[in-house]
Amino acid sequence: MTRNRLALTLAAPVLAIVVATIASAIALVLTGYAPGDVLSILADQATSVRDLLRTVNRAGPYYVSGVAVAIGFKMNLFNIGVEGQYRLAGVVAAAAGAALPLPGPTRVIGILAVAVLVGAAWSGLAGLLRAYRGVSEVIATIMLNAIALGLTPFLLTRYFEDDSEGFAVRTRPIPSGGRLPFLDFLIPGGAPAGARFNPFILIAIAVGVVYYVLIWRSRFGYDLRASGSNPHAARASGVDAKRMTVIAMAISGGIAGLVGLSTILSTPYSYTEESFLSGLGFTGIAIALLGRNHPVGIALGAFLWAFIDVSRTALSSATPPLPREIATIMQGIIVFSVVIAYEVVARIAERRDAAEVARRTEDPPPTTEPSTAGAAS
Amino acid sequence: MATSTTAAAEPPPAAGDRPPAVELAGITKRFPGVVANRDVHLRAEAGTIHAIVGENGAGKSTLMKILYGMQRPDEGTITVEGEPVTFKRPTDAIRAGIGMVHQHFMLADNLTVLENVVLGAEPKVPVFLSRGAARRRIRELGEAYGLTVDPDALVETLGVGDRQRVEILKVLYRGARILILDEPTAVLVPQEVDDLFRNLRELKQEGLTVLFISHKLDEVLSVADTITVIRAGTTVATVDPSEVTARDLANLMVGHELPTPETRESTVTDTVELSLRGVTVAGAGGKPALDSIDLDIRRGEILGVAGVEGNGQTELINAVMGLVDLVAGTITVGDDDVTTWSTRARREGRVACVPEDRHRDGLLLDAPLWENVALGQQTRAPFVKGRFIDRDGARGRTERIVRDYGVRTPGVDVPAGALSGGNQQKLIMGRELTSDPRVLVAAHPTRGVDVGAQAAIWDELRQARASGLAVLLISADLDELVGLSDTLVVLYGGRLVARVDPATTTLDDLGCYMTGTDPTGGPVGSEEPS
Ligand SMILES: Nc1ncnc2c1ncn2[C@@H]1O[C@H](COP(=O)(O)OP(=O)(O)OP(=O)(O)O)[C@@H](O)[C@H]1O
Ligand SMILES: [Mg+2]
Repeated sequence: MTRNRLALTLAAPVLAIVVATIASAIALVLTGYAPGDVLSILADQATSVRDLLRTVNRAGPYYVSGVAVAIGFKMNLFNIGVEGQYRLAGVVAAAAGAALPLPGPTRVIGILAVAVLVGAAWSGLAGLLRAYRGVSEVIATIMLNAIALGLTPFLLTRYFEDDSEGFAVRTRPIPSGGRLPFLDFLIPGGAPAGARFNPFILIAIAVGVVYYVLIWRSRFGYDLRASGSNPHAARASGVDAKRMTVIAMAISGGIAGLVGLSTILSTPYSYTEESFLSGLGFTGIAIALLGRNHPVGIALGAFLWAFIDVSRTALSSATPPLPREIATIMQGIIVFSVVIAYEVVARIAERRDAAEVARRTEDPPPTTEPSTAGAAS
Repeated sequence: MATSTTAAAEPPPAAGDRPPAVELAGITKRFPGVVANRDVHLRAEAGTIHAIVGENGAGKSTLMKILYGMQRPDEGTITVEGEPVTFKRPTDAIRAGIGMVHQHFMLADNLTVLENVVLGAEPKVPVFLSRGAARRRIRELGEAYGLTVDPDALVETLGVGDRQRVEILKVLYRGARILILDEPTAVLVPQEVDDLFRNLRELKQEGLTVLFISHKLDEVLSVADTITVIRAGTTVATVDPSEVTARDLANLMVGHELPTPETRESTVTDTVELSLRGVTVAGAGGKPALDSIDLDIRRGEILGVAGVEGNGQTELINAVMGLVDLVAGTITVGDDDVTTWSTRARREGRVACVPEDRHRDGLLLDAPLWENVALGQQTRAPFVKGRFIDRDGARGRTERIVRDYGVRTPGVDVPAGALSGGNQQKLIMGRELTSDPRVLVAAHPTRGVDVGAQAAIWDELRQARASGLAVLLISADLDELVGLSDTLVVLYGGRLVARVDPATTTLDDLGCYMTGTDPTGGPVGSEEPS
C-alpha cells in the first residue's frame, strides 16, 4: 500500500511532464514548427555538462525565490514583493560587503546577514501594515516593490557607486574574504571551458534544509501552518496572530534577501545593473506553485524552469532558428499541467482507496438484531 | 409495537397517494479506511417529517450528503418523487427540489441575511441581483412558514436560532420541497427547539418533506412521523414514533441504556480555582456584551451557565481564554491574576477550553488527527521536545485519546475533516481532558455526540471534577446542565440574572430566567446573593 502511494506521488509530476510535452508539441505544430527539432535540442541540452551546469547555476536563485514565496503561502500570505526585497537587499549587501571592516571569511557571514536583514525589514513593513493596519499584504508588497525598484538604482548611483573605475555603474568589488570559491572540483572531469560551478547552490541547499526543519519540524512552523490552515483555531490555541503575520512576512523577506547573492558572493563580486539578475521574484511565485510549497518540489520546479531558460540560447542559434518564445510558452504550459495533474492524481488516489476498502470489507455487514422486543426489520 | 422497513404501518394523512418524496435503495459509500454506508434503504413519504437516528459515525451525514449530491454513492439508486435521479453536484439536487442545512453552518458572517440567502441561488436572466424582489420574496417565505428574520441584518449579529432560520430560508428560497436538516437542534435551547419544530410542522402542512438527523431522541419522538435507525452504515429499522420509547430507540442504535447526567455526591472544595470579578466586555451598539460578571469556581466544582445563545456566552469564554480585551474587571486562576496574560500563557497555566464552534475554533480540518491533538498544547510535552515537534509523542497521545474516548477513525494520520461530527467532538474532549487542566471551559461538551458517547463524556467530566478540576460548563442542553452542575447560573443580556440550585430547580423556572422573566412574575433583576 505504501509503495502504491509512493507511485501515486510520483505519478503527478510524471503526468504533468507528459501533458506539458504534448501540449507544447501541439503549440509548435500549430505555429508551423517541428516539435522534434525542439525536443532534440532539449535532449542535447540534457546530456551536455556545460548546459546542465548553467541550469544548476540558474536554478539556485530560483529555488531560494520559490522558498521565500512558499513560506508566505504556508500562512496564506501572498508575498509578491520578493522582487523588490532581493534587489534592495542585493545592492545594500554588496555595498556593505565592500565597506564593512570584517576580518577574513567572516565577511561572507556579514554579507549574508545584511541581505537577510534588509529583505526582512522590507517585507516586515508589509507584515506590520497587514497585522496592525489591516492593509492587504498583496497591495503593500506591490507598492513596496515599486519603491524598491526606484530606490535601488538611486542608492547605487548616489551612494554606493564605485567611481574609481571606468563607466560601468557598480558597487566596489567585494574583498577576497567575502568571496565564495567556485565548486568546479565537484564536477567529474572538471568544468568545461567557459563554465564555472557557482557556489550559490550551497546557500540554496541550506535554505531548503532550514525551510523544511523550520516549517515542518519546529514549534514555530506548527504555529505558522496552523495559522495558515485555520486562523481562528490557531488564535484560540494561543498563537498570537499579529505577531505571526509579521514574523512570517519577515522570514519570507529575509530568505528573499538572499536571492540575488549569486552574483555578489561570486563573479562579478559586486552589484552591477548588467549582471544582477532581475525578475526572479515573480518567477519564484510560479516555482512555489510548481513545487506545491514542498522543499523538494520547489527544487524540481526551479531546475525545470532553469533548464528551459537555458534552452533559449540553443533554440535561437539552431539552424533554422526556432523562436525563443517557445521556451516561455512551455514554462506556462508546465505550470498549468502541474496544477491539472495533481488534481487528477488526487482523484485517482481517492478512488483507489475506496476500492481498497471495498476489497477488505467484502464480508457482509453485521446482522446482529437489536434485542428490544418487536424491533424487527 | 409493529415496525417495518418500508412505510410506517399507517401512512400519515398528508401522504395521500403521492409517490414517496425520496427513496434510497442499496446505497453504499466507501471512504479511505471505512465504509460509511452499506446497502442503505430508506423511504420518506411526501409531506412527512422523517427522522434519522444513529450512533456517531453511523453514516447519517454521509447518506444525506449523497441525497444532496455532495457525495456520489458507489452503489445504489436514488428516486425523488417517483423519478430515478443521479446527482453529480448539489446544484442537480437543488434543481430536483432538495435542500440541505448542514451539521456545521455554512453562512458568510460578514454578509447580510439577504445576501446569504441569495448567494449561490443563480440569478435568472438578469445577472444583477434585484434586492427589492429578493427582500420581498424572503418576507413572503418568512410569513408563509413562520420564519421571520430581518433580511438586512448582518449574519454575524445573529444568534444560532436565527442563523438556523436563515439556513432554512436559504434552502426554501431555492425552491426546495424536500428539506434535509443535519442535527438542527444541537445548538438550540428548548424554546428555540419548539420554535423550530413549529416551523417544521408548518412546512409539512404545506406539503414539504423534511428529513432530519438528531441525537436527541425525545425531540425525535415528538416531531417525527417516521424514524429510521442507522447502525454501522446500514438501516436496521424503520419505526413509528408512537410505538417506541426513547429507550427502545437507544437500544436499536447502540444497545446502550439511556444515560442520565446525575451527579449528586458533591466534590466541591474550598479552594477557588477560577475567579471573575466585575468582568465587562464591550459589545455592539454601546451595550456591554458582558456586564460586571462575578463568578467563583472551586476545585472539584462544575459551574453551569444556562442561557439562550448570544447572551454573552461567547464573550465569557473568550474572556477566560484571553481572546478578548476586558473593559473592566479581573480574572484569577489559582493565585495568579491572569487578566493581562496572553492566551498561550493561560493555556500553559493549564486552562483548557472546548470551544463552542468546533470547526471554527477547535480544529485544523485538513491536518492529521495528531496535529489537531497538539493544538492548544503545542508548547508542551508530549507534543514538543525543546523547540521541535515530537511526532511520536503526539501520535502516542492521539492513539490514547482515540482509544479511551472511542473516536471512530481508521488511524491518527487521517485529516480531522474526515471524522464524523460527533467523533470530532470526542477528539476535542479527549484532547482537552488529557491536557491535565486545572480549569476547563467546556462549551457544549456533548454537542452532536450520540447517547452512548454522551454518557462516556459525562463520566469523564465527573471523574475530572472528582480529582479537582474546576469546570465552567456552558450548554444549551438543560438536562446536561442540571445533571452535571454543582451550581447553576443564568446569563441573560450579558448579566448573571439568577443563581439556582440544580437539585431543586425546575426546567420551567430555568426557561423563565433564560428569557429574562422571573418565574415569580415580573422582569428579573440582578443575581441574588446566594
Ligand atoms: N470526507 C470523508 N473522508 C473520509 N471518511 C469520511 C468522510 N466523511 C465521512 N467519513 C467517514 O464516514 C463515516 C460516517 O460519517 P458520517 O459523517 O456520515 O457520520 P454521522 O452518522 O453523521 O455521525 P455524527 O453523528 O457523528 O455526525 C465515519 O466513519 C467517517 O469517519
Ligand atoms: Mg453527522
